[in-house]
Amino acid sequence: MNWIDIGALDDVPLRGARVVKTRVGCVALFRTAETEIFATSNTCAHKGGPLSEGIVHGRHVTCPLHNWVWSLETGEAQGADEGRIATYPVRVEDGRILIDGARLASRSAA
Amino acid sequence: MERLVVIGAGMASGRLLEHLFEADPGAYRVTLFNAEPRGNYNRIMLSPVLSGEKSYDEIVTHDEDWYAGHAVTCRFGERVIGIDRDRKVVVGEKGEVPYDKLVFATGSDAFIVPCPGHDLDGVIAYRDLDDTNRMIDTAPGSRAIVIGGGLLGLEAAAGLRMRGLDVTVLHLAGHLMERQLDPAAGYLLRADLERRGITVMTQASTRCIKGEGRVEAVELEDGTLLPADLVVMAVGIRPAVALAKQAGLTVRKAIEVDAQMRTSDPSVFAVGECIEFAGQLFGLVAPLYEQAKVLAATLLDDDAAFTPKQLSTKLKVTGCDLFSAGDFAEGPGREDIVFRDPARGIYKRLVVEGDTLVGAVMYGDTSDGNWFFGLIRDGTDITDMRETLIFGPAYQGGAAADPLAAVAALPADAEICGCNGVCKGQITEAIEGGATDLGAVRATTKASASCGTCTGLVEQVLAVTLGDSFQLPVAQPVCGCTDLTHEDLRRLIKARELKSQPAVWQELGWTSPNGCHVCRPAVNFYLLADWPLEYQDDPQSRFVNERKHANIQKDGTFSVVPRMWGGITSAAELRAIADAADKYGVPTVKVTGGQRIDLLGVKGEDLPAMWADLNAAGLVSGHAYSKGLRTVKTCVGTDHCRFGTQDSTGLGVRLEKRLWGSWTPHKVKLAVSGCPRNCAEATCKDVGIVCVDSGFEIGVGGAAGMDVKEVQPLVKVATEDEAVEWTVAFVQLYREHARYLDRPYKWLAKVSLEWVQQTLGDGAERKALVDRFDLSQTIYQTDPWAELAVREKARAFAPIADLTLEAAE
Repeated sequence: MNWIDIGALDDVPLRGARVVKTRVGCVALFRTAETEIFATSNTCAHKGGPLSEGIVHGRHVTCPLHNWVWSLETGEAQGADEGRIATYPVRVEDGRILIDGARLASRSAA
Repeated sequence: MERLVVIGAGMASGRLLEHLFEADPGAYRVTLFNAEPRGNYNRIMLSPVLSGEKSYDEIVTHDEDWYAGHAVTCRFGERVIGIDRDRKVVVGEKGEVPYDKLVFATGSDAFIVPCPGHDLDGVIAYRDLDDTNRMIDTAPGSRAIVIGGGLLGLEAAAGLRMRGLDVTVLHLAGHLMERQLDPAAGYLLRADLERRGITVMTQASTRCIKGEGRVEAVELEDGTLLPADLVVMAVGIRPAVALAKQAGLTVRKAIEVDAQMRTSDPSVFAVGECIEFAGQLFGLVAPLYEQAKVLAATLLDDDAAFTPKQLSTKLKVTGCDLFSAGDFAEGPGREDIVFRDPARGIYKRLVVEGDTLVGAVMYGDTSDGNWFFGLIRDGTDITDMRETLIFGPAYQGGAAADPLAAVAALPADAEICGCNGVCKGQITEAIEGGATDLGAVRATTKASASCGTCTGLVEQVLAVTLGDSFQLPVAQPVCGCTDLTHEDLRRLIKARELKSQPAVWQELGWTSPNGCHVCRPAVNFYLLADWPLEYQDDPQSRFVNERKHANIQKDGTFSVVPRMWGGITSAAELRAIADAADKYGVPTVKVTGGQRIDLLGVKGEDLPAMWADLNAAGLVSGHAYSKGLRTVKTCVGTDHCRFGTQDSTGLGVRLEKRLWGSWTPHKVKLAVSGCPRNCAEATCKDVGIVCVDSGFEIGVGGAAGMDVKEVQPLVKVATEDEAVEWTVAFVQLYREHARYLDRPYKWLAKVSLEWVQQTLGDGAERKALVDRFDLSQTIYQTDPWAELAVREKARAFAPIADLTLEAAE
């Protein structure tokens, strides 16, 4: 684990998202509750839609292009759709968002 | 006898001394320092003191006799200014005290927001008796502002209100007590407080406190100025660790201790709110008492170890019943069991993961809280009781509630159809007279024959009256989060005056915590259309196009369309558009069917800068992405055309300037043609005006999309002013009644053109609609580009961080 501070919690709107550029591609940060953040790939596994632009509800996001709904926790497609998006370890400490840099680097090496 | 010095006379140290003297009265000779000029008292009972329910004497836990009886040397009202660990002495303001063992019980300090004016007279914290007395001494009728809507802040607000002050609570987050409560419970709490006359402002960020020497007002970030005589800061507490740091002990967020409460110095211990154990801080009294017990044992060389336990909080904001325990964030793998009883203001939510209960939030009725907490703590398998779990341990079975009971209980004179003034009795009579289906009831009584929003109610009256012989049609609910139809939802938002999303979720019994991508945009629109002043638009409940104010394209880029009023532009505007196209490398520039120019393929992060450039040339957003007013297409009319009968371009520009920025259930397109040759194609628009010699023919309900519809004639008027008035009133009627995502032609098919003509034909009603539209425009007619292009908002369009370089190292 290599926790990298990537910004303040309040920089991500509640029930909204922001993007982090990484070597494995854009990672989306979702703020599902006051102090709850999830990180997944920003790319919808269906047709590549930008998930950070979707509507965040509960611990889900709906892709803005074709309304595929993804679990932010497991990365699994919901309902009748099938598929998976990458999820990344992230945590919140003292109002800061920390993401696991080791995980992002190791994936790029693979 | 060893010498023990304790710094701080709070709840933890009081309990520590009790345990110590009880186990071995002769072990230590104790000196107790306290910065406050008094001994131990029950700090959590300050709220009843503030509200006047208790006196200070009643909350004292240890009095002079007790200290004397245990030979405690009291140094109250004296600050400790330093500790010399080499010589093992505590340096007080009035002299040194040597120790063999030292205990830090310094507790915590109130966090004061360091905004300008925080040091003015009249700005206080809420931490000790002096603060409390300060509040008690403020005259009834004074204006108090409490900054912070957490437990402490709300206790202060409730107490001050009971003392007769005019109280406003400012809270930074979107709902009260956001750490302990979910939005629905936060909404109920707010409603309770407001009923008691406390004003609650959420998402309220304090910019500064104003006043000459003493506080006069609080200014918010949005510029709102709130007059104030007293400001109470209750935004949080910080462990008081300055002294420990200065003494060279290991301090992280607080003084680090091991499970025996020992600090980095084996002769020095710490207990209470000032400690950090395994990365955790402690604020509730239960773990503090546990620590006191452990420390007493450690000091007497007995074995004991502190282990933090899972906590439940039963919160008592005087008169509001709240309970929360465990982890109540929802998600897949986790299921919610939600129970809402709007009439009694009760909300219960259980979070189940696999076979166990992991969290609970309750409001209004918390009697089963401890039972649920036990299930969470013990990880009890709840499979067998799952069906009835939410009803608590006392549940003994019973019949399911009848959804029609409410309608059955309505008296005969209860109004069902507001448009036509039809009450339940008339409908029942009609049914008994042989009108046994919806169509027949409509034909006989006119109930639900107009705007149609009461259709569901009429059907329920049919069901109640006819019993099994009437099959209730299965109405299509908004989405999986509710059984309500759009029509019922709109009707209930108006009738019950629901003015926030949590109010809708709670009062209408939503089954999900905050809706889904289907219902949230609809609810957001209904709320902003019905309550333009009270409700605040929520960007996170909008589809990306309306949040980013640009149309998302299939490759994730956006298109940018500046407004061209009535399709009129100028050389300067065209030059600015061309410059922007060059500067941001726009791959495609296209002329649209709505008489303007579309710049396609713009990167999301370039949007704010591009908008700022276009704004500088006088161009504003064309809302080409919105469920709102799109374009007003015109022909050149009398300006240039030899057939033109009226100034169609002028009317088009006037309409666009009046209507732009308004949100509607679906997109709205207008056109004005200067003569019946109809070059502006007005007859396939949502509102199309065709000018003739004698005036203006207004048609409505046209479309040229998936369905092609010709407009139906609404009215013919003589003057341009009347044409504007009718158009605005029509758009407002559509905004107030149509279901989300129905274009006007679909809505007209449901409510009928006749009803719309009749409603708008009433001059007073028409004027009222125009007034309501204009009121809404005072809030919503703003250029989103100008708002979002400012630096701090623009940042949100860029990545929060770029790790591509870091990862490469």
